[in-house]
Amino acid sequence: MAYSDKVIDHYENPRNVGKMDANDSNVGTGMVGAPACGDVMRLQIKINDDGVIEDAKFKTYGCGSAIASSSLVTEMVKGKTLDEAAAIKNMEIVEELALPPVKIHCSVLAEDAIAAAIADLREKRGEESSAESAA
Amino acid sequence: MSNLNIPVYLDYSATTPVDERVAKAMADCLTLQGNFGNPASRSHVFGWKAEDAVTEARKNVANLIGSSPKEVIWTSGATESNNLAIKGAAHFNERKGKHIITLKTEHKAVLDTCRQLEREGFEVTYLDPQDNGLLDINALAAAIREDTTVVSIMHVNNEIGVIQDVAAIGALTRSKGIIFHVDAAQSPGKVAINVDEMNIDLLSLCAHKAYGPKGIGALYVRRKPRIRIEAQIHGGGHERGMRSGTLPTHQIVGMGEAFRLAHEEMAEECARIEALRDRLYDGLKDMEEVYVNGDLEQRIPGNLNISFNYVEGESLMMSLKDIAVSSGSACTSDSLEPSYVLRALGRNDELAHSSLRFTLGRFTTEEEVDFTIAEVRKAVEKLRDLSPLWDMYKDGVDLDTVQWAAH
Repeated sequence: MAYSDKVIDHYENPRNVGKMDANDSNVGTGMVGAPACGDVMRLQIKINDDGVIEDAKFKTYGCGSAIASSSLVTEMVKGKTLDEAAAIKNMEIVEELALPPVKIHCSVLAEDAIAAAIADLREKRGEESSAESAA
Repeated sequence: MSNLNIPVYLDYSATTPVDERVAKAMADCLTLQGNFGNPASRSHVFGWKAEDAVTEARKNVANLIGSSPKEVIWTSGATESNNLAIKGAAHFNERKGKHIITLKTEHKAVLDTCRQLEREGFEVTYLDPQDNGLLDINALAAAIREDTTVVSIMHVNNEIGVIQDVAAIGALTRSKGIIFHVDAAQSPGKVAINVDEMNIDLLSLCAHKAYGPKGIGALYVRRKPRIRIEAQIHGGGHERGMRSGTLPTHQIVGMGEAFRLAHEEMAEECARIEALRDRLYDGLKDMEEVYVNGDLEQRIPGNLNISFNYVEGESLMMSLKDIAVSSGSACTSDSLEPSYVLRALGRNDELAHSSLRFTLGRFTTEEEVDFTIAEVRKAVEKLRDLSPLWDMYKDGVDLDTVQWAAH
């Protein structure tokens, strides 16, 4: 099975690898997949005061396409609002990385990771705003 | 010439290059100047010469397994041999019984053949191996029924290289009057075979795992006591009616020469390859969270199947672009299931996904092994830095307690 140049590029030079403080109220963490299925993605996003994603980090256990999909996603979400990021569809990842059909699940997982990170952040901020109003 | 040939080939259990000496013998059986005749032509010297070459090759194959040349039937390879043996014996004996016993870690050529027989109304018991990959003879004994006609157990496993105690199995099946078939595709030149001492009735062989060509194999069919099988391919009645089709002289000569060399050079070659395999393992075993799959003692010399926990096998292979290995990871196949062999050993799916199979062979060098060690260590380190599971492991999180969102 041959990989596309873009998959190889992201795999060999993964963008935004790392970990942010999951307790930071501006950081949302999404972890999707399962070790038994052969892929686990952890995507973290950090928003600024304007509600724009200013940073994203990932770590992924999985095949080259899973690593490339999550690396690409960290680039795609930066500069977007949460609503804009939530609108990213897995087919954009498939097209950008030229993933073969057997690897489409990697892009679906990446889309799920975005949704999970956003949900985590929204939940946190919901709690935070209620705490602020109480104060 | 340097002793480091890049890309490094460490996938000898998938196939081997044809030995130069074998290729030479084969090339002599193709052209007008060579031995091109049809071995079935009885009326002229071209046929006689070709038949002589086939007879010589048959002897070489028989020598390696301790049989008579008359008991060797040429086929297209081990897949066909397995089909012919299992279907042939099951069908021939179906009035006696319709129960077959095999092992979950068999090659697909055996498992899928058994599945086909199930569709035809046979019953098949698939035994679990022990955690080290070896069959518990008591489990086999317990599975034998009145209507069991065929037991099919492989000699050497293709993924983990473990060697089953076929002699013990043969003693049991012979005492019960059950036909014993052995898939020995991975054995020649790596572990001794003697069909009489091991009480084997049917034995599948192929050339291309032993420095012979692809597309040729053999089935040993015992004559005393006589084992009868139903032919699967009908035609000119070649091979005592068990397998029709014009004999491909060059392929057969290639297999014969490969088996002659395998037999002659086995002791020296096994010692050399085992030393290289141990060198490879020694270079990797001090890494954290590394597990060998399958028994390390009852194992062919050239196989090292190892799981690098928290690293996924396919991405590891992608990092090892200068090294040809294979993985039990799901992503290497079209299905998303990880290696059924590793799962049958009771390995969890994570470790199955994280496995690599290194198989060393005749042309592997020390330099190639050292290069591989360095590359693997580098790649595992890189991928663990990328792995959220490794992070969690390092943070002391027990991954079994995490609620995963399965997909």
